[in-house]
Amino acid sequence: MSTLSLAARDTTTMLRRNLLHARRYPSLTLNLLLTPVMLLLLFVYIFGDTMSAGLGGGDRSDYIAYLVPGLLLMTIGSTTIGTAVSVSNDMTEGIIARLRTMAIHRGSVITGHVIGSVLQSVISVVLVGAVGVAIGFRSTDATALEWLAALGLLVLFALALTWIAVGMGMVSPNAEAASNNALPLIFLPLISSTFVPIDAMPGWFQPIAEYQPFTPAIETLRGLLLGTEIGHNGWLALAWCLALATLGHLWTKKLFRRDPE
Amino acid sequence: MPSSVMPMINPTDGRPPAAAISATGLRKSYGDKTVLDGIDLHVPAGSIFALLGPNGAGKTTAVKILSTLITADGGQVRVGGHDLTAEAQAVRAAIGVTGQFSAVDGLITGEENMLLMADLHHLSRQEGRRVTAELLQRFDLTEAAKKPASTYSGGMKRRLDIAMTLVGAPRIIFLDEPTTGLDPRSRHTMWGIIRELVTGGVTVFLTTQYLEEADQLADRIAVLHDGKIAAEGTAEELKRLVPGGHVRLRFTDPAAYRAAAAALTGAAHDDEALALQLPSDGSQRALRSVLDRLDSTGVEADELTVHTPDLDDVFFALTAAAPVPAQPKESAR
Repeated sequence: MSTLSLAARDTTTMLRRNLLHARRYPSLTLNLLLTPVMLLLLFVYIFGDTMSAGLGGGDRSDYIAYLVPGLLLMTIGSTTIGTAVSVSNDMTEGIIARLRTMAIHRGSVITGHVIGSVLQSVISVVLVGAVGVAIGFRSTDATALEWLAALGLLVLFALALTWIAVGMGMVSPNAEAASNNALPLIFLPLISSTFVPIDAMPGWFQPIAEYQPFTPAIETLRGLLLGTEIGHNGWLALAWCLALATLGHLWTKKLFRRDPE
Repeated sequence: MPSSVMPMINPTDGRPPAAAISATGLRKSYGDKTVLDGIDLHVPAGSIFALLGPNGAGKTTAVKILSTLITADGGQVRVGGHDLTAEAQAVRAAIGVTGQFSAVDGLITGEENMLLMADLHHLSRQEGRRVTAELLQRFDLTEAAKKPASTYSGGMKRRLDIAMTLVGAPRIIFLDEPTTGLDPRSRHTMWGIIRELVTGGVTVFLTTQYLEEADQLADRIAVLHDGKIAAEGTAEELKRLVPGGHVRLRFTDPAAYRAAAAALTGAAHDDEALALQLPSDGSQRALRSVLDRLDSTGVEADELTVHTPDLDDVFFALTAAAPVPAQPKESAR
């Protein structure tokens, strides 16, 4: 079997294993969905009036429109915390030692996790998106091409965060440490333009909020779904995704090549 | 790969040519701690080889290195005819490993674990199902096949573990403490399984801290102590390294003990336990002479035990702080 078809076959096998885990134990994935859904409901129904007034006098449906793109990306951040936890769990299991002593494609163990996690992210985004639509979110004028681009952005963003999360999972000795280490993935969207516009933040903080990975992706997604100005955010989002994915990939590869403890 | 076509290794040093595993000067340290201090191993194809040692002797480290899980700091190793570092994937294709801690995926069922192995060995779906059903049957796991592996008992997990190892029909199998933590019945079941493996020509490299286990199973035994091989040979050869056996007589009545001690010259006294220990080869004639001497003094021992030298004696002799005999390997041959 050629290296490529061996890689494809073993990766598919490992992916199937990870999806089986997710299907058999959906509670972890579903728990992680609670955070974005609760925040969505909290900010719309509890803080909604104040928030929309702060945005410049729109009504609640305007704020829903503002909120949903950021929460979709936050959903990805939240799902990848689960990735870090399950990778950390997996690496401490004896089964990984067995896989390492088998003549399988070396990268398939990790790649299986990554692809599985991206698929889970996409499903989670669809679920949170459905909640958004149920409470009144509507894309105003997105063309088919813009929908496609939005999907592409979400997948790319999920891929980038997943690679980082896999690395975080691998350096963590146990599940608790993994979930702590992966905290930035859920913390960063809180200090992005998810809930309030950047220019409503203190001046010294604005550059941090504006150039961290989440904000450019949120602004790009808003632009694609709602027709707002994307500007340089599109390129910035793309650059962040590629940089994080590459970094995470190289980091993970290095970690996996180390002798296990 | 049948053993007859295995590449010749060290054909000139007088050893059997077909070695499943050969290592020279294997070294590994973690920081300041030397775990393996230049060990040599030679495991003929189709045999059971036991690496015997107390906890922390480096047994698991040796298995981890030989099975490509971790890298050695030094030494030459060939497994299944392939160089361990240069041809790691070829080594992996020839071996199967069952670690000390069950290498099963607890989140999925026993059957799914088996099918996962079948997929990773690139068996066809049909072949994978056939092998899975066959091995689950053979290891008495058919009933539990649809339950998550995490719900299995220790013995069942170990059996599943070995069943998974056998999916790829490996020629060399590493078993790291295969019976540690098992109850006596499961241990005997496991011994039967291991004996069965070699009848098919498979080479088994097992580690154990149980001398009885090595004695029961292994063709050759190496005693690992302090990162070095303290002795190597068959169980019989190793037993010859230590002084012979003895008869132990225990009394409850101090007067009877004293009378017996006076009558049996040459016995070692254990005044606290009221026990006497006489050197003996354990034969009927030797026993009768001891009993006759006891009878003539008119005392009766409350307990008589015959102790033939076993691997325990070897083990304690070799792993005591005292220096081990120089080159016990040679003297044992």
